[in-house]
Amino acid sequence: MKPGFLAKNPSVLTFLLVLAIFTLAITFLSDAYGSGLVSTSMVKTLGKTLCLCLIAIAMDLIWGYTGILSLGHFAFFGLGGYMVGMWLMFARTRDIVLASAGGALPMTPQELSDAIASQIFGVVGASELPTVWAFAGSLPAQLALVVLVPGLLAFVFGWLAFHSRVTGVYLSILTQAMTLALSLYLFQNDSGLRGNNGLSGLQNIPGIEGAGQDAVSVWFLWASALALALGYMLASFIVSGKFGSVIRGIRDDEARVRFLGYSVESYKLFVFTLTAVIAAIAGALYYPQAGIINPAEMAPIASIYLAVWVAIGGRGRLYGAVVGAAFVSLVSTWFTGGRVPDVNLGFYTVKWVDWWSVLLGLSFVLVTLFAPKGLAGLVDLVQGLRPPRRGGTPLGPDDGSLQEQEAVE
Amino acid sequence: MNHLLEVSGISVTFDGFRAINNLSFSIGTAELRAIIGPNGAGKTTFMDIVTGKTKPDEGRVIWGEKSTNLLKLNEAKIARAGVGRKFQRPTVFEDQSVAENLMMALKANRAPWSVLFWRPTKADHFKVAALAEEVGLGDSLARKSGELSHGQKQWLEIGMLLAQEPRLLLVDEPAAGMTLAEREQTTALLVDLARTRAVVVVEHDMEFVRRLGCKVTVLHEGSVLAEGSLDHVTSNPKVIEVYLGR
Ligand SMILES: Nc1ncnc2c1ncn2[C@@H]1O[C@H](COP(=O)(O)OP(=O)(O)OP(=O)(O)O)[C@@H](O)[C@H]1O
Ligand SMILES: [Mg+2]
Repeated sequence: MKPGFLAKNPSVLTFLLVLAIFTLAITFLSDAYGSGLVSTSMVKTLGKTLCLCLIAIAMDLIWGYTGILSLGHFAFFGLGGYMVGMWLMFARTRDIVLASAGGALPMTPQELSDAIASQIFGVVGASELPTVWAFAGSLPAQLALVVLVPGLLAFVFGWLAFHSRVTGVYLSILTQAMTLALSLYLFQNDSGLRGNNGLSGLQNIPGIEGAGQDAVSVWFLWASALALALGYMLASFIVSGKFGSVIRGIRDDEARVRFLGYSVESYKLFVFTLTAVIAAIAGALYYPQAGIINPAEMAPIASIYLAVWVAIGGRGRLYGAVVGAAFVSLVSTWFTGGRVPDVNLGFYTVKWVDWWSVLLGLSFVLVTLFAPKGLAGLVDLVQGLRPPRRGGTPLGPDDGSLQEQEAVE
Repeated sequence: MNHLLEVSGISVTFDGFRAINNLSFSIGTAELRAIIGPNGAGKTTFMDIVTGKTKPDEGRVIWGEKSTNLLKLNEAKIARAGVGRKFQRPTVFEDQSVAENLMMALKANRAPWSVLFWRPTKADHFKVAALAEEVGLGDSLARKSGELSHGQKQWLEIGMLLAQEPRLLLVDEPAAGMTLAEREQTTALLVDLARTRAVVVVEHDMEFVRRLGCKVTVLHEGSVLAEGSLDHVTSNPKVIEVYLGR
């Protein structure tokens, strides 16, 4: 990134400042490093929310900017979580096995591996370490896999889909089918990832048992904030230059972009793979804070929620995606947490735990119909009060074509 | 005479309907050519084939000194080989500014990786400004192209075409939606461009074609009906029957 990038993109600077202030504030209100006003579980919720904001940026890049409504990015998020979860579970179980063996005779590597395997896979009735766990003992290897496995899957899937020119709704259905297939596969006990039990105990980080959850939660908050900041800067770098022009062009009229000599397929593949990797990194930071991951997390509905967040926040704008993900997921936690008082209508009691999905669906429809710019559109309202900085007011494509009709008449 | 583009014996069928029927056509490296023909004659389809949008059922499309087979290339590669196209309806990226539209069209490496790190130099800004000036959009650089009038969009698209620096320009009905003065300006520009490259213009307006003062190809039902000077083809009884007589 060149110097002056931040100066040319004041909104990035604003975002980074807000994020830094937020992270510092939470740190000084946390149990471990501050007044304790914010509970450890709240810190975790906020840390997880930052990860969701990061995947929302990925979604905005692929959908809001490139126009590909992917319903598969939560699969990459989940895969990232599984990759890091394997190391967390393996390393911790190894520590436990070694500790319980105590001063007894040193174990052979085979004995150790078998002992770990029976600990981890007892629940699914297996006692051998599946081959997919080959690298689980090595943190660097599993961290590399966080990027490589989802990246490769996205690359192969994207290559096949884009080169056969699958677009629009068909592509969305295809990505959803991929997600469904992956989660169904992981539900099986012999997938080697503990079936529907998933991976658990991920909040315990091996090697730092000395630190309590109150401290660890703050560290993860920082890590998530850092990842979000880097992701935001990367995304705004991508969309700010000619590359951004090209992908927005692909969104609006991909045939025209082809006739300018750009290989549309390569651009789509690039963005699809890159956003899959961003999603995976977000997942790898999310699940240690959640403590558990199972295939249900990767069900297609999760990816649909992701699209809803970005739509409500305002797609085609990075801060819109972040605001949408933060706002909707926090409100959603609040509603589904059972802490919102039920509304007694006399003849019927509205239980928010049940009715929240309906409310969310309704707001999605309303936003799509009446406020296509989402929450980020509010910023335009505020800025509209000031004199516009550029030569003209932004007109949508609809207004443009209106003039076209007038010209023909 | 050496040809830049040589199309021979192409045919296309859409759901049993023959839109192009054994069409042959060729154009030199610096030549201006007008294509006329009634609605549905296959003029746009012909451009679709040359630019790779439509694959013909049979025939050959040969390009350049190395005799490249264009039928083997996809749209993007054909464009990079030097074929530029202006569409019948103006198609510009309405959500982006005039400058962004031109910048995207500017001749440069098109690979994602180099585009990602590409930043305009002073020379690029200068080129874009000059192009905008040339097509009469000099003071609209920052405007969203969706705000432009129909005629201005036509001009912007011509500007984008120039920015690509193609060796062959395919121009589909450039004068639609333009005022008389703009039409005259367009003819002058096209004639000027054809000094250094090949230009194919599809146009309905006979006055416009006359001002181009070039060889004319008359298309009818997907094949060439007549070819020659405008006076020559307009005196052809077959042409009068299918086209001018109506
Ligand atoms: N994709 C397609 N599918 C089916 N039919 C098509 C397709 N494209 C063109 N046609 C048909 O092929 C014929 C030739 O169309 P084309 O657009 O090339 O005509 P044109 O000479 O450009 O006419 P105009 O002067 O109206 O622009 C028309 O009858 C049209 O309906
Ligand atoms: Mg046509």
